[in-house]
Amino acid sequence: MDALIQALVDILRPLGITEPVLQFMLVNAILGVSIYLTLYTGMFSLANAGFMAIGAYAGVAATQFIELPLWLGLIVGMAVAGLISLPIGLPVLRLKDIYLAIATIGFGEVVIILLLNFDEIISSVATALQGERVRIRLLEGARGIKGIPKSTETWMLFAFLALLMFLLWRLHKSRLGRAMAAIREDERAAANMGINVVYVKNVVFVMSAVVAASAGVFSAHLTRIISPGAYGFDKAVDILSFAVLGGTSTWVGPIVGGLAMGALPEVLRFLNELRGVFIGLILLGVILFLPGGLVNPAGVRLLFRRARRALRRRADAAERSSHAAP
Amino acid sequence: MDSFLQQVVNAVSLGAIYSLFALGYALVFSILGVLNLAHSAVFMTGAFFGLLLVDKLDQPLWIAAPLAMIAAGAVSVLLEFVAFRPLRRRGAARMSQLISSIGAALLIVNLAQLAFKPLWGGTEAYFPQGLVPDQPIVIEALSLRIVPIRMIILVIALALVVALQYLVMRTRIGQQMRAVAFNQRTAALLGVNVGRVYVLTFFLAGLLGGAAGMLYGLVFLNVTPFIGDDVALVGLTAIVLGGLGSINGALVGGFLVAAIQTFSIAIGGSSYKNAVVFGLLFVLLLARPQGLFGQSESTRA
Repeated sequence: MDALIQALVDILRPLGITEPVLQFMLVNAILGVSIYLTLYTGMFSLANAGFMAIGAYAGVAATQFIELPLWLGLIVGMAVAGLISLPIGLPVLRLKDIYLAIATIGFGEVVIILLLNFDEIISSVATALQGERVRIRLLEGARGIKGIPKSTETWMLFAFLALLMFLLWRLHKSRLGRAMAAIREDERAAANMGINVVYVKNVVFVMSAVVAASAGVFSAHLTRIISPGAYGFDKAVDILSFAVLGGTSTWVGPIVGGLAMGALPEVLRFLNELRGVFIGLILLGVILFLPGGLVNPAGVRLLFRRARRALRRRADAAERSSHAAP
Repeated sequence: MDSFLQQVVNAVSLGAIYSLFALGYALVFSILGVLNLAHSAVFMTGAFFGLLLVDKLDQPLWIAAPLAMIAAGAVSVLLEFVAFRPLRRRGAARMSQLISSIGAALLIVNLAQLAFKPLWGGTEAYFPQGLVPDQPIVIEALSLRIVPIRMIILVIALALVVALQYLVMRTRIGQQMRAVAFNQRTAALLGVNVGRVYVLTFFLAGLLGGAAGMLYGLVFLNVTPFIGDDVALVGLTAIVLGGLGSINGALVGGFLVAAIQTFSIAIGGSSYKNAVVFGLLFVLLLARPQGLFGQSESTRA
């Protein structure tokens, strides 16, 4: 396995992709899966960054404070996010498109604010309980938790992503997967056909949260430091850009989108300060000119057809003008 | 802690800015049914151009402020042409318009960041001290301290709001706007130039957003490429509170959010002000998605 990864990194090195970059790309791919699940069901949720934060903090709490191994931390992170997502999803998923987007943005912000003030809240609760002043420092507020061991290995990310891909492949052949697609196309029709819309939506929301949390745990043990600021609205937009760039017509899309968005800034190293401009341009450009994203057979075909037609028209015009000239 | 009256005064002047900003969201949403998430970037452009004119081009404030507003309006119109019109033509989902507006916002903020560096050598710049009267007027009897600029802001904001109300409710072009908001196809059949109404709507939204940005910059004196972030979600909360697409609702919502922020700072400390706002946003969306004063979908605007 290690030899294989080493070989892959050697192949990618000329592009500027080193092993840390590759790891970052793989984390992005996992996040892509997370947002794909909700988008595929027609839910425009931007809560992924918030659940990533929950996963990261819960996972780090497990590995640092209780000193559990990484795989147990991963399970703890995923479980905590899953448990939190359930009471969030039940009321929130009654909302649709823009309203759902706004509510989930609000959720993300509340998560960040709670993480920022966690120590203070816990301290004041402890003070009230014990009757004397207690100061607890756990999450360190805006400064974040430092010195987390870099225990995520590249093969773990590969293995986890492979597992997710297998599950997605199976999901699309399952009853649940078909129900998800049906709800996206027409919620009312789906309900009339006997699909329990509320149940399916909530299951998908929890799955998405759990996957986002796993990405959080992995990335926390890569970057070695976590702070609430890293999981704000910008992160939510980043994750959204994976899905937009890759396209959501197949589950391959967001994975490719995540990998590409991870790799592009490194490949285009010279961009440096222009990174933000670049991400903006990608979001805008892809949605304007490549509506289905990169991985979208139908859209690419349409683009080719359009380009060919434009070329032909230009050729015709040239011919006509050459006839008219003499 | 400041007196209750002082808090009210502070909340009202902050609320004026929030309302101006939220009006831009509401205008676009009422006419197009689309959320323009790049509106916070337009807010920033207002402050940016204002600062540019005052600090680098040495213009007096009364020239700089209207020019900054017009510049922000122009950016907003540009958004319509680049990020919204092509998608609408194609009949793309509303969600893709939301995403393209996020992309446009990122683009504008980062371009501003690039422009900030050579202009002010970093990502932070300040309006010159003493540009606006900053000596507070103290009213001993009520133990009030009123900073003049805050009152000026309130007056300007109210004047702009009244002007907008007049434009929308009393003029021909306002009638056309309302017709388009009611039903685009019908309006087009009745001879309304829908494309022009869209452009005008974006221009007005930009004008108000730019004014809000400029005033915000004058109150806190410093301007960064990221000041849009301060108000982006606050503005969203304001229009959700008021009912998406309701212009009067956005006004009330802006003042409400400012009041909630100000009083939660007074009670619980500054770190919770946004927690309260977003918590409220969350609860309100669940209980009353149409907003406190919202109407049903078909009669918005």
